[in-house]
Amino acid sequence: MTLLEINDLTVNFYTEDGVVTAVDDLSYRIESGETFGVVGESGAGKSVTALSLMRLIEDPGRIESGEILFKGEDLLEMSEAEIRSVRGNEIAMIFQDAQTALNPVYSVGEQISEAIRHHLNYSDAEARDRTIQLLDRVGIPDAESRYDDYPHEFSGGMQQRAVIAMALSCDPDLLIADEPTTALDVTTEAKILDQIQDLADEFDTAVQLITHDLGVVAKICERVMVMYAGRPVEKAPVEDLYYDPKHPYTVGLMSSIPRIGDERDRLQTIPGTMPDLVDVPPGCAFHPRCPYAEESCAQKQPPLVDPETGDAATAADDRAAACLEYTGDLEGELEFEVSVEGEDPLLEEGQDAR
Amino acid sequence: MSTERGRIRVTGFDTDRVTERDDLSDWSEATTGGTESRWRRALRRFRHNRVAMLGVYVVAAMALLSFFARPVTIAGITVQPFSIAPYDPSTILYLEPGSTVGRYDPPTLAHPMGTDASGRDLFSRVLVGGRLSISIGFVVVGITATFGLAYGAVAGYYGGWVDEILMRFVDVIFAFPGLVLALVIVALLGGGYWPLVIAFSVPGWAGYARLIRGEILSVKENEYVLAAQALGARDRSVIFRHIVPNAMAPLIVQASLSIGTVVIGVAALGFLGLGFEPGTPEWGTMLDQTRETLIQGPGGSIPWWATVFPGGAIFLFVMAMNMIGDGVNDALDAQEVGNVGQGGGG
Amino acid sequence: MSLRRFIAKRVLLIFPILFGVSVITFALVHITPGDPVDVVVALNPDISPAEEARLRARYGLNDPIWEQYLDWLVGVLQGDFGKVIATDRAVSTVIVERLPETIALGLFGWVFAVIIAVPAGIYAAVRKDELGDHVSRFLALSGISIPNFWLGLMLILVGALTLNLWPVLAPRTALYSPEMLWYLLLPGITIGTASASTLMRIMRSSMAEEMNKEYVTAARAKGLPERTVVLKHVLRNSLISVTTVAAFLTASIVSGSVVVEQVFGWPGLGRALISAVSNREIDLILGITLFIGVAIILANLVADILYAVLDPRIRYD
Repeated sequence: MTLLEINDLTVNFYTEDGVVTAVDDLSYRIESGETFGVVGESGAGKSVTALSLMRLIEDPGRIESGEILFKGEDLLEMSEAEIRSVRGNEIAMIFQDAQTALNPVYSVGEQISEAIRHHLNYSDAEARDRTIQLLDRVGIPDAESRYDDYPHEFSGGMQQRAVIAMALSCDPDLLIADEPTTALDVTTEAKILDQIQDLADEFDTAVQLITHDLGVVAKICERVMVMYAGRPVEKAPVEDLYYDPKHPYTVGLMSSIPRIGDERDRLQTIPGTMPDLVDVPPGCAFHPRCPYAEESCAQKQPPLVDPETGDAATAADDRAAACLEYTGDLEGELEFEVSVEGEDPLLEEGQDAR
Repeated sequence: MSTERGRIRVTGFDTDRVTERDDLSDWSEATTGGTESRWRRALRRFRHNRVAMLGVYVVAAMALLSFFARPVTIAGITVQPFSIAPYDPSTILYLEPGSTVGRYDPPTLAHPMGTDASGRDLFSRVLVGGRLSISIGFVVVGITATFGLAYGAVAGYYGGWVDEILMRFVDVIFAFPGLVLALVIVALLGGGYWPLVIAFSVPGWAGYARLIRGEILSVKENEYVLAAQALGARDRSVIFRHIVPNAMAPLIVQASLSIGTVVIGVAALGFLGLGFEPGTPEWGTMLDQTRETLIQGPGGSIPWWATVFPGGAIFLFVMAMNMIGDGVNDALDAQEVGNVGQGGGG
Repeated sequence: MSLRRFIAKRVLLIFPILFGVSVITFALVHITPGDPVDVVVALNPDISPAEEARLRARYGLNDPIWEQYLDWLVGVLQGDFGKVIATDRAVSTVIVERLPETIALGLFGWVFAVIIAVPAGIYAAVRKDELGDHVSRFLALSGISIPNFWLGLMLILVGALTLNLWPVLAPRTALYSPEMLWYLLLPGITIGTASASTLMRIMRSSMAEEMNKEYVTAARAKGLPERTVVLKHVLRNSLISVTTVAAFLTASIVSGSVVVEQVFGWPGLGRALISAVSNREIDLILGITLFIGVAIILANLVADILYAVLDPRIRYD
């Protein structure tokens, strides 16, 4: 069943330097219980997408157009009271930096139980019990006595666990995890990711995982969307994305993941940086960094199409890419190749946490 | 070229092509003015702040009006010959031959702000009245900011017991409300221009010292300062070349907001009859006289103009000065200091 | 360090500061020419030089300055703050007599400031850059720019002389009667306006700063109503920085009382200080400034403690 369907979402920010289109004509869907990955460098519009889903875009930002269908209802049409009953209750969010997402002057327990009291109408004592169970479930030792601790008394990893407990507090149907492990060290990162995956299974919660790390995506996601400069450039089931990437940017991201045992002297990174959204390159936004770019790439913005047929893609399509190659406008060819050696690498990677 | 990814192998993604080819469009990565210096950007933002610019115009106009109101003579030489004010501020007009002017005449065309208790032209007095308060405001802030900067820099840079002793003294100064200390000093020294400058400078510097010390403590740990020390730069040069420029922004904000406070303080002492000789054309001193009229207006009528105009002039000037201060604060992106300073007023 | 030790340490720090305050005031009063006997003599020309010398000797005005200071300090430690020479009354009696008047006025100003500033600051921060914000910011800017003595005169001009709602000078019936609140209104507003404006500006800017923090987005993402987000999460954080100005506000109200009491003929400590200063009543000047110093230091102490209580991150060091 389709839990969330986003159609043609556009979000603008009206800044001093001009109008910035942070999310441009974005469409995708998330099925119940699945884990959906959103990948891109910082500034690609991933976090803005996440906040849009909860209608938490603030001035000077504005959701310009599109629809966000959650269980068939458009969140953008809802009243303020209706959307509030969705936030934290049916859609919950795990923030990137737990330290700043927790209010420093209230105890961790209070910050979790206030949502429970608000949405589920629990009494103080019931909310406290449920909070302690949740803290215990996300792996905070001695949860009962840590309930009254303040955020600064928690370590970074524990703060992130508390934020996860907060997000799960009302048993949401959709969990938005915005770079949930970026602020953590590598060992903690692996544990937290495992935990999100376990909990999502246990609570039967769909997850939209936002990350800049393709390795993380490979580990826990089922379908992936790659974003660049506010636009989706490729959508694919995770196996297809790895074995058969369609967009040069995806390929660039894949070739820039560092690995132990790498024999090269230098990491193969994509030249240049993501453009400032105030001043996006004309045509395909990726063209200044793309090895296969031609004249036409600087002129025509490639639509998101089915790479097999060249037909315009919709939210329902699982496989789509935005490159002139697939509309027949590219003279040359995308000369990259992905070869697979040995057994199924994904399966193996999924088993040993890196 | 090939790259190895576990068992996935990407070939043909040749990034050298990007760096070698010509640009395909006019677009380039170096976007709008990221290199503009902090001060230049602050200046541009200040210029675009209409409220702050209005403040600048009002302050400039009032300062110029008071300067050109009557001629200025230094040691017998007239350095400023202009005279905008229609009458001499201390001439008692009804004593002039053939005069029809009386005490407390209401505003007329000839006397747009009326006359005061001694039949002097209030408009001329209000124009000239800015000289003392405004210039004391600027002089005091200049002195206190400079001294406070040096004091706070020494305390913050050396730290330890030097800091401890210096800051305990600042605590002592902070235990006096600025106006109370100024009041005691002026009462003991007698009024006048320089006694007032001293009276407001004595409590005024402590706020800057505390501010600068705090800034320096936070700047001190920066790597470029540690680097300068490691390279053997002398203390003084480290303080003044590296630390002070970074601590300037909050100092400037504080200074621009303090001028108004000092102006109000000077006028307050004038109002209490302690700042200047009675009859001096100074805004606060003019109001001192008028308080009596409010308690018992002469013949039942109240000369409201004698209260409204001199006080209104102080209000207008201080308001404009604070608009500038807020503008400077916004332009420099400093924290709102909310006029938490010493130096009287309030 | 525990909260109790933190408070104990702060209390101990008061004494060196008070010592500094008394030394500075004492030095200021004594290095300048003229003493109270001069004033008494000026008022009573028939005092003989011998009698003048006797007066000086009686009040110890001929002793070296450090000896006079020590005498005074020993007296203070025994609760004797000296005498008002012109009236031969104890300084402590004068202070105790005038104090309630000033406290009533200051308290009224304080309450007025808080009642106006806290809601106005919250409102302006929530409605940032909207019309209501602009209006309240303009009023606050006016409030910090208006000289309090002129505001007082204008209120008298309008409220007492034009509308005839108040007498120009409040009748000195009883301070503790309920109608005194009515007479306190004009001087109270006069003394509280600058504080209200300062507090409102700080409230607004600290609220606005807190509103941009991620925990606010996180609180909204929990689905809490905006009221709860602002009045529970944001307010508590911004109050932490607001407490730091509470002490400043006390100082501002004390300064204000000197001027405002003069405007409204209010017989408090501020007026006593002005007359003490003009009559060179050394002991009275010292007594009142020391008293003001204690009040401000205590306000600082309360602010520090409040800060520590409100912010769980404080480690008292």
